[in-house]
Amino acid sequence: MLLITCPFCGQRPEIEFAYGGEAHIARAADPRATSDEAWTEYLYVRGNARGLHAERWRHIRGCGRFFNALRDTVTDHFVATYKMGEARPDRTEGKQP
Amino acid sequence: MSEAFRLPDGGRVDRAQPLSFTFDGRRYGGLAGDTIASALLANGVHLVGRSFKYHRPRGIVSAGAEEPNALVGVGRDEAHYTPNLVATQISLYDGLSAVSQNRSPSLERDAGSINDRLWRFFPAGFYYKTFMWPRRAWTRVFEPRIRAMAGLGRAPKAPDAARYAQRYAHCDVLVIGAGPAGLASALAAAEAGARVIICDEQSELGGSLLAETEARIDGLAAQDWLAATLARLGAFDRVTVLPRTIAFGYFPHNMVGLAQDLTGYQGEPDDAAPRGRLWQVRAKQVVIAAGAIERPLVFPDNDRPGIMLADSARIYVERYAVKPGRRAVIFTAHDEAYRAALALHRAGVEIAAIADLRGAPEGAWIDAARAAGLPVRPATTISGTDGQLRVSAAHLAPIADGKVGRAERIECDLVLMSGGFTPSVHLFSQSRGKLRFDPALEAFVPGAPAEASLMAGASAGAQTLEATLATGYDAGDQAAGVSGTAQVRHFAVEAAPLSRGGFLGAVPHGRDPASVRAFVDFQNDVTAKDIKLALAEGFRSIEHVKRYTTTGMATDQGKTSNMNALGIVSETLGRPIPEIGTTTFRMPYTPVPFGYFAGYARGELFEPVRETPIHGWAAERGAVFEDVGQWKRARYFPEPGEDMRAAVARECRAVREAVGIFDASTLGKIEIVGPDAAEFLNRLYVNAWTKLKPGRLRYGVLLREDGFIVDDGVVGRIAEDRFHVTTTTGGAPRVLATMEDYLQTEWPDLNVWLTSTTEQWAVIAVQGPKARDVLAPLVEGADISAASMPHMSVAECRVAGVPARLFRVSFTGELGFEVNVPAEYGRAVWETIFAAGQPHGVVPYGTETMHVLRAEKGYIIVGQETDGTATPEDVGLGWAIGKAKPDFVGKRALARAGMAAQDDRKQLVGVLTEEPGFVLEEGAHLVADPAQKPPMTMLGHVTSSYWSAKLNRSIALAMVRSGRDRLGETLHVPLADRTVRVTLTEPVFYDPEGSRLDG
Amino acid sequence: MQRFSAFALIRQALNGQKGWDRQWRDPEPKPAYDAIIVGGGAHGLGTAYYLAREHGIRNVAVLEKGWIGGGNTGRNTTIIRSNYLFDESAALYDHALKLWERMSQDLNYNVMFSQRGVLMLAHNVHDEQVFKRHVHSNRLNGVDNEWLSAAEAKAFCPPLNIAPGMRYPVLGAALQRRAGTARHDAVAWGYARAADALGVDIIQNCEVTGIDRDAAGKVTGVQTSRGAIRTNRLGIVAAGNTSVLMAMAGQRMPLESYPLQALVSEPVKPIVPCVIMSNTIHAYISQSDKGELVIGAGTDAYISYSQRGAMHISAHTLEAICELFPMFRRMRMLRNWGGIVDVTPDRSPIIAKTEVSGLYVNCGWGTGGFKATPGSAHLFAWTLAKDEPHRINAPFNLGRFQSGRLIDEAAAAAVAH
Repeated sequence: MLLITCPFCGQRPEIEFAYGGEAHIARAADPRATSDEAWTEYLYVRGNARGLHAERWRHIRGCGRFFNALRDTVTDHFVATYKMGEARPDRTEGKQP
Repeated sequence: MSEAFRLPDGGRVDRAQPLSFTFDGRRYGGLAGDTIASALLANGVHLVGRSFKYHRPRGIVSAGAEEPNALVGVGRDEAHYTPNLVATQISLYDGLSAVSQNRSPSLERDAGSINDRLWRFFPAGFYYKTFMWPRRAWTRVFEPRIRAMAGLGRAPKAPDAARYAQRYAHCDVLVIGAGPAGLASALAAAEAGARVIICDEQSELGGSLLAETEARIDGLAAQDWLAATLARLGAFDRVTVLPRTIAFGYFPHNMVGLAQDLTGYQGEPDDAAPRGRLWQVRAKQVVIAAGAIERPLVFPDNDRPGIMLADSARIYVERYAVKPGRRAVIFTAHDEAYRAALALHRAGVEIAAIADLRGAPEGAWIDAARAAGLPVRPATTISGTDGQLRVSAAHLAPIADGKVGRAERIECDLVLMSGGFTPSVHLFSQSRGKLRFDPALEAFVPGAPAEASLMAGASAGAQTLEATLATGYDAGDQAAGVSGTAQVRHFAVEAAPLSRGGFLGAVPHGRDPASVRAFVDFQNDVTAKDIKLALAEGFRSIEHVKRYTTTGMATDQGKTSNMNALGIVSETLGRPIPEIGTTTFRMPYTPVPFGYFAGYARGELFEPVRETPIHGWAAERGAVFEDVGQWKRARYFPEPGEDMRAAVARECRAVREAVGIFDASTLGKIEIVGPDAAEFLNRLYVNAWTKLKPGRLRYGVLLREDGFIVDDGVVGRIAEDRFHVTTTTGGAPRVLATMEDYLQTEWPDLNVWLTSTTEQWAVIAVQGPKARDVLAPLVEGADISAASMPHMSVAECRVAGVPARLFRVSFTGELGFEVNVPAEYGRAVWETIFAAGQPHGVVPYGTETMHVLRAEKGYIIVGQETDGTATPEDVGLGWAIGKAKPDFVGKRALARAGMAAQDDRKQLVGVLTEEPGFVLEEGAHLVADPAQKPPMTMLGHVTSSYWSAKLNRSIALAMVRSGRDRLGETLHVPLADRTVRVTLTEPVFYDPEGSRLDG
Repeated sequence: MQRFSAFALIRQALNGQKGWDRQWRDPEPKPAYDAIIVGGGAHGLGTAYYLAREHGIRNVAVLEKGWIGGGNTGRNTTIIRSNYLFDESAALYDHALKLWERMSQDLNYNVMFSQRGVLMLAHNVHDEQVFKRHVHSNRLNGVDNEWLSAAEAKAFCPPLNIAPGMRYPVLGAALQRRAGTARHDAVAWGYARAADALGVDIIQNCEVTGIDRDAAGKVTGVQTSRGAIRTNRLGIVAAGNTSVLMAMAGQRMPLESYPLQALVSEPVKPIVPCVIMSNTIHAYISQSDKGELVIGAGTDAYISYSQRGAMHISAHTLEAICELFPMFRRMRMLRNWGGIVDVTPDRSPIIAKTEVSGLYVNCGWGTGGFKATPGSAHLFAWTLAKDEPHRINAPFNLGRFQSGRLIDEAAAAAVAH
C-alpha cells in the first residue's frame, strides 16, 4: 500500500485515495474544433510511461481534492506531489529511499 | 510415553510442565517449550512424513522455518484442522493432535511408495512428455490420478471456527528478528528514543542465543545477557515486542506485513478469542536481522529420516535438551558442524566420524574436535546411506586427486550435514533491494536497498557473534536517525572461534550418476540429476530450471535448496553464480493463513450492508429482498401463499388502479449549489438546464466522454442556484466522482459545491391514480393539485409534519409523487402515508413491480437496457439532448462517424411474443432466420421481459440492430428447447399518449 | 524434433535419461530475419510457430529480454474459456479454445489442458440477467455455456458455499464445460520447442532498445542489447511493455499497464474440481495439478511496471474466497506475485497492423490473455504473413477507438479475467 503525500493533508495511506489517471491531459476548450484523431487521442491514448509518470490522485476519503503526482512506475516511489494547475516539476529520475 | 532421548538437564524446556500429545494417534510425552519436532525427537521419532513425488520416508531435517520435510496436519477437529504445518515451528501444547500426510494407509506402509521404486520413469518434467493420447484422456484419466497422488495434506472439511484480528501500526524502527542482531538493533533504537516494534517468528525471543551455552556477552552468559536485554527492552514504553510474529511480506513504501499467532500456539482453546492477528506496519526504517539458514549437502540418499542439518541437531541438544540419535556421522564442509559434533558428544551421542569434504580442514574447531577424540576424516565424502524408515549407515569415501575412493560403511542412526550458511535475504529481496554475490561467503548478501531498510547480523553476512551484535547495534542506531551522534557501542564478547567453510552444489560421490539420487529439494523430490537433466534439455535460466524441476517451489520456498541448485547449475554450465543470478523471492516468507488476510471481513461484515430507513418496515412486512450493490432492496411483498409472479401482479394492479407506495431511498442524490450550478449541469448532462425554472424537474442523461450512457436520473431545480440531482442506485459514487473531477480539474472557474445527500433523504414514491388523494391531506405549504403542481415539478413543503421536497414524478406512468424527507423521519412518514392510504387501497410494492410498470411504459433502466455501449439515440433518448448546446460531456464523441450513423446500431424496441402467455427469458437473442446453423446472425437481445398483469400478456424490451426500421417485423427467439416468434413494436405498451401521468 | 511419448520415457529411463535433446537451441542472433517477434511469451512463441508451420516463414527470431515465458505467461492463473458475449469476442476465444483442444498433440508437448469446466457465479438479479444473456448468445454462436441453479452449481463444485444467508448468496452460475486450465509454462516451452524445430531462433536475454525505420517510415530492423538485427516485418507481442516498445516507433497507444496479482496456497489433495469465478465479489480460484489453490486477485488502482501490488488487493480477494469456501480460511498463502497487464479502453485486445509499414502489434489482453494464447498467436501470424488481418481478428483493430465501435465486454458484463 503506497504512502501518498496529499499537498493539503500530508502523508496518508493509499486506501484514502483514488487514482485519476495520467495528468496534464486537458480537455479541449472547444471540442467541436477538434479532429476525430485528436479527440481519440484525448479519450484513449496514454503515455503509459515506464519511469517517471505524472498522474492525478484524489484524496477521496480525506479532503476530497484532486492533485498531481510524479511517480516512478518501475519502483512506485513518488518524486513529488503538487496542486492542480501547478506545472509538472522538472525532475528526470526517481528519488532514493 | 517415555522420552528416551530427553537429556537429564539443560535446555530451555520446562520439566515442571509435562505435556501429552498424539502423532498419528499414538500418544507421546513432551515438555513446555518443545516444538512438535523436538518432542517427537525426544521420543526417538524421526519418520514424520512422505515426500511429494516419490513418497519417500522423511524425517525432521531442521529446527526452524526452513524445514522441508516435517509437515503435519494439526487440529482437534475439522473446524480447527490445518494441513502442512511445519513441526519445527509449532509449539507443543497439551492435547495437541498431529497427523502425518501424503501417505496411505500408514506412514510406515505407504502404497504411494511404488513411485519410489519406479523413480527412473519419473524424471523432472516427465509429465510434459506423455499422457497426450488419446486426446481426451488427460482430463478424464491421467490428470485425476496424478492429482490424487499430488498435494500434501488435505484441506479442512469444515468451515474454520477461528476468528482473526487485524491492526495497523506505525513506528520509527521495525526490527525483524530478535536474535542477537535484532536485539542489539532494538536496543540501540530504543536508547535513541525511537518508537520500536521488534518481532520474531519463534515463541521465545533470542534467536541463536536460545541455543548458545558457551558464549559470554558483556561479562554475562549469553542466555543471561538475553534475559537482561529483554528486561531492558521491556522497560521502554515505546518498544513493542512481538514474539510468535512472522514478518512475511515487505510491501512498497516500507509497509511490512506481520502475522502474529495469538492462540494457535495454545491450541486455540477459545474460539471467541482471535487465533491470530495481521499487522500492517508502516515503519520509517526497517532493520532486517533475519539470521542465516544452514544448507544441506547434496549426496546420494541424503534424505533418509535421521539425516539432519548439523546446527539444527545442536539446537535440539542445547535448547530442547534432546539427543537426536545415539551414533552420529557428521558430514560437513563448514566448521560449524564441528561445534555441533562437540555439543552432541558432550550430550552423550557417539560421534562415529566427521567426514569433511575439505581437503585439509584446520583451525580451532578442528583442533577442538581432535582434542575431544572425535575421528576427523578430511577429504571425505558420503557416497550413499542405508536404511528405510531411518538411516542405518553412511558410506564414507575418501577423495584423492578429485577421485572418490572406495567407501567404508559406517553404522549410525544419525547423519548431520552442513554445507555452510545462507543469509536470509528474503525480505530484503522482496523489498526490491539488490543482492550482491559475496565470493568469500559464497552467498548472496544485501547490496543497495530499494526501501528505507538496513540489514544486520548474519543476514547481512556477519560471521561472528561479536560482528552480529555490532552490526545490529549500528543498524538500530542508524535507523533511529542518530547516526554519527551516538557513540559506537562495543559488546565485549567471549565466544567460540570464527567458523568458516561452505559448499554449494552436489558433492562428489564416485557412483554412476544414473543410478543415484542426491536430493536438492527434499519436499519436491528434486535431485541433482533432475537439475542436470533440465540443463541438458536447454533450460538455462535459473527460473526455467526452477519451473521445470520444481526445485524451490515447495512450501519451504527453497530455503534450504535454492543455493545448492544454483551451485549445480553453475558447475554444470561452467558459469559463475552471479551470472546465473537468483530466482525471485516472493512474499510470504513463510505461509500465512488466508484467514489472517480476510480478518474481520466475513459474513455480514464481508461488505457493509446498506439498508434504507424503511428497511425494517419492509422486513417486518415479509418483503423479499434483493442485493443491488451494497443495498438491500425490497423486491416484492408476498401475501401468504403468493409466489413472486402473483405478488407482482397484485402490486402492479394496485398501482394501475388505485395507489402503491415504494421505497426509492436507494436512489443516489447529489445537491449541486452555487451561482454556476446550472452552467455546471449544462456542461455535464446532455440536457439543457438554463431555462429550467425553479420548482421544475427534468429527466437528465449523463454520458461518458466517449458518448455512452453512464447514468440517468431526475433533476429538480430547487432554486436558481440549487439543484437536487438523483442518480441510479449503483451509480451515485461514480457520478459524484465524475462531477468532482470535472469541477476541480477542468472547470475550476465554476462556483459550484457538490454534496452527496444519498443517505440524507428517504424517498417514498406514491404512485397511482389515487396518489394525490392519499397525499393531499398530509401536505402543508404546497398546493399539489394538478393545476398548481403539474407533472415534473417540485415543491418544498411539509409532509406529515416533516419538511419535505415533494417531487411530482412518475416512473410508473401513473400519477405519482416522490416524497423526499430527512432520512431519520423516513419510516415515520412512510407509516403515516401508508395509514392514510388504507382507505384508498394502498399497497406497498417492490423493485420487481417497479420494473414491470416502467417496462410497460418503455422507460429504460441504465445497466439493463444499456450496457455501456448505448448512446442516447440508441435507447430513444435523443429528445433529451440539448441540441443548441455547444458542448457537454460526450457530445464530441457522439459526432464520430461510427456513433452518428444509425443504420446498424442496436436500438430500443418493444417485443411481443406471438403467444401472449409466453414470457421470454431476459438475455435471449433475436434472429431473422431461425434455421441458420451456429454461428447464427444475431440481431439483438431481450433486455427486459415480464408478465404484464395489466395487459394480460407478456411484454419485452430489446436492443435490436436497426430496430426502429424493423417495427412490425416478425423475428425469432431461439431458446434452448424451442424457438419463439415475436413481433417488434414501439417500446411503449401502455398509455402511449401519457394521459395517465396528468391525472 | 525428438518425439515425446511414454515409449520415449521408458527408453530414457533405461538409458539413464542421457538421450534427451535440448528442447530449443540457444542461438546467436543472425544479422537479419524475415520476421522478428518481440516478446518470448507464449503469444510470441506461438506466433513464430504458426508463421513457420502455416505460412512457411521459418527465418524468424523471437527476441526475449529475459527468459521465455517469464512475463504474464508464467504469472497468470491459467483460466481458459470462450463464453464471451459479443460475436467478435466469442469467435476469437472459441477459435483459441479449439486450438487448445489439440495443442498437446499438435506440439507433442503435454500442456495439460484440463477441460474441468468454468463456473461463473451469479450473486444478484443483475448477474443473472448478464450471464443468461451470455448463455443465449453463446448457444447461438455455437459456444457451450449453460445456466445452473445454485444447487446444481454446488453439485458440480461440492466445497462451494451456497448458503442463502451469505452476504452475497449464490443465485446460480453459468458453466462452460469445455473451459478449464492448462499448464502455463508448458505452453511457452511447447511452442518454443516446436518453433525451434521448424527453424525459429529463440533469443533470450535480448532486449530491444530501438526500432529502425527508413526515410519512408518503414521498419528496417531493431536495435537490441545483443546488437542490431534487420527485418522488415516486426511483430510486437510484449504484454505489459507494449507502450514502451511502440514508442520506439513513434506510436502512442490506447493502453495503460496495471499490476495484476495472483497467489497460490500450499498444495493439498484434490478438493476444487473446476474453475470458479465470481466477478461480483472478485474471486477466481482453481486447483493446480500439484494441488495448490490458484487464486487470481485484482489489479491495483494505478499504472505500474513494478510487478508487484499492494497487500490489500490480494487480501480483498481472499476475503471473497473465504466467503465462498469457508473451510479454506485455514489454508495458507504460499506465494503471491504480480504481473503487468496492458489494458485497452474497452478491455478487448488489439491484434493489428499499425500505420507504420512493417510494424504489427498484438496487445491489450488485460487480465485475460492466457486463454487466447493459441488463437492470438495463430491470428497474429496470419496478419504478419499476409499483411492483413484474418476475418476473426479484423475487428480487433486500432481504428475502433476512433470510430467508437468498441468491443466492450467489460462494460457489457462487468467481466474481468
